Amino acid sequence: MSTRTTNVISRALFYLLVLLILAYTVFPFYWALRSSITPDGELFSTPITYWPAHPTLDQYGKIFSNNLFLHALANSAIVAGAVTIISLAIGSLGAYALGRFSFPGRKFTMYIILSMTIFPQIAVLGSLFTMVNAFHLFDTLGALILTYLIFTLPFTVWVLITFFRSMPAELEQAAYVDGATPFQTFYMVLLPLAAPGLVTTGLLAFIAAWNEFLYALSFIQTPERRTITLAIQTLPESASTSAYAVPWGQMMAATIVVTVPLVVLTLIFQRRIIAGLTAGSIKG
Amino acid sequence: MSGRAWADRILKKPRPRRSGLARRQMLVAWLMLLPTLAVVAVVAAWPLIQVFWMSFTNATLTSLQPPQFVGLQNYERLVRDPVWWTSVVNTIRFTLMTVIIELILGMIIALVINSQFKGRGAMRAAMLVPWAIPTVISAEMWKWMYNDIYGVINDLLVNKFHLLAHNVAFLSIPATSLPAVAAVDVWKTTPFVALLLLAGLQIIPNDIYEAATVDGASWLQRFWYVTVPLLRPAIAVALIFRTLDALRVFDVIYVMFGNQQSTVTMAIYDQNWLVNFSNVGYGSAISVFIFLIIAIFVVIYVTLIGVEVEQ
Repeated sequence: MSTRTTNVISRALFYLLVLLILAYTVFPFYWALRSSITPDGELFSTPITYWPAHPTLDQYGKIFSNNLFLHALANSAIVAGAVTIISLAIGSLGAYALGRFSFPGRKFTMYIILSMTIFPQIAVLGSLFTMVNAFHLFDTLGALILTYLIFTLPFTVWVLITFFRSMPAELEQAAYVDGATPFQTFYMVLLPLAAPGLVTTGLLAFIAAWNEFLYALSFIQTPERRTITLAIQTLPESASTSAYAVPWGQMMAATIVVTVPLVVLTLIFQRRIIAGLTAGSIKG
Repeated sequence: MSGRAWADRILKKPRPRRSGLARRQMLVAWLMLLPTLAVVAVVAAWPLIQVFWMSFTNATLTSLQPPQFVGLQNYERLVRDPVWWTSVVNTIRFTLMTVIIELILGMIIALVINSQFKGRGAMRAAMLVPWAIPTVISAEMWKWMYNDIYGVINDLLVNKFHLLAHNVAFLSIPATSLPAVAAVDVWKTTPFVALLLLAGLQIIPNDIYEAATVDGASWLQRFWYVTVPLLRPAIAVALIFRTLDALRVFDVIYVMFGNQQSTVTMAIYDQNWLVNFSNVGYGSAISVFIFLIIAIFVVIYVTLIGVEVEQ
């Protein structure tokens, strides 16, 4: 066999592998999409169809008239938004201090924060539970905003340190020479320059909070206060009457509604997210 | 960037400043750190101390009495608790299955993306999609695909590829339920592992491969003697993060199986005692155990691989 033929064959095999990987990654989404536009009658019949004979948006109609689902979307937006803003406000200050200043105890503080990024959240669930009760936050969104900081803040600080350290020292020196205080230097010089870092980190924090399940399951009782992950998990009990034990069509419509914004955001910011993820090496 | 290089960059000494400012600088730095440290103290440090303390008490959420010290009672009960040991075995099985497969698949995908081909950028973007969606949602999506009558997985295996003679209720059979849920985790997390490894691959200089090729190294030899050793820090980081994540697995298994005993994990068992039974004392003892098991894994990794992520 000539080298040319071998090359063509190996190239073909390579692209086959690429296709296989893509199919593996994307197929579950395709299936959720297909199930969300398939009418119940067709969804629960065999042989199963790979594209509905009569596509319909009925499942989406049902989902968007489900008040608990709408509440959950709002709740998740509030919680994830608040957690992101608090983490960025507090974390950028902390990251600036750790990234641009030299002082005793700095390295130790960095170790503490790094070790917190791999902290098992389940390990403190019991004491957070008692704390949430003591603050009268049980069954409120406040409980989630407070406790989600345990995973968003350390990671925000850690990733932002990288951004602050990559800036030239001359920037601050110039500001100091002009008589700026450290805080002014931070707010007026470095923070604006760190904007891309803030966007990436904020997005990662938002996704982490939006996706959280364990604390939401543990601290929320009232159906109207559920976050989106909790609402989807309990959809079979809140869905408008369906002849089937689990209304899979509605479940998949809800899945698509919750996933599409995340996917769009991720694709828009993909380069920065990959940089942030691999720099911070955080969990997904 | 590899774990070590990245830690190096972050932990290197900051640029020297004018000494006259040093004291004031230090004060300002601690002031700026104060909010971060306060939050860390409230939501992590203090709760961790409290969990250790509560594991030696009979604390409950329902009782109005202050908790009483009961010594090692919770721990004595825990070591004799068969369901706890089931959960430990399940968790370790899940961890082994997912971490090994994710590293192998992740390595293959990283090598593919690292080579030059059309559509490389699109593929890298597609890898982020499973990572971005909530675990709860990926669990529901797969639960539906696993459905024993209308599920696409059964249809593919039975009718399209003829690998099975008849439909299987993967999620109801104890033998297949843990591997089935591991497959969901593999799907969701492999892309993340691939991106971590890819970041490591991209900093390996091309000349090394060229030199190896000139010396007559085969593709496999180049992979084994060049890529793997140079990728060790990245592999270590991926291995540690994935293992720690798998050991505390909760969402995906809870959504697919609830508290069911055949798939119960350490975190699910703990959450059940803490929240559903309100037994904070016993639950805290379980938390301490989980914490210790995870700590043991960290120590094993750091000594075995010899890579200190934290430097």
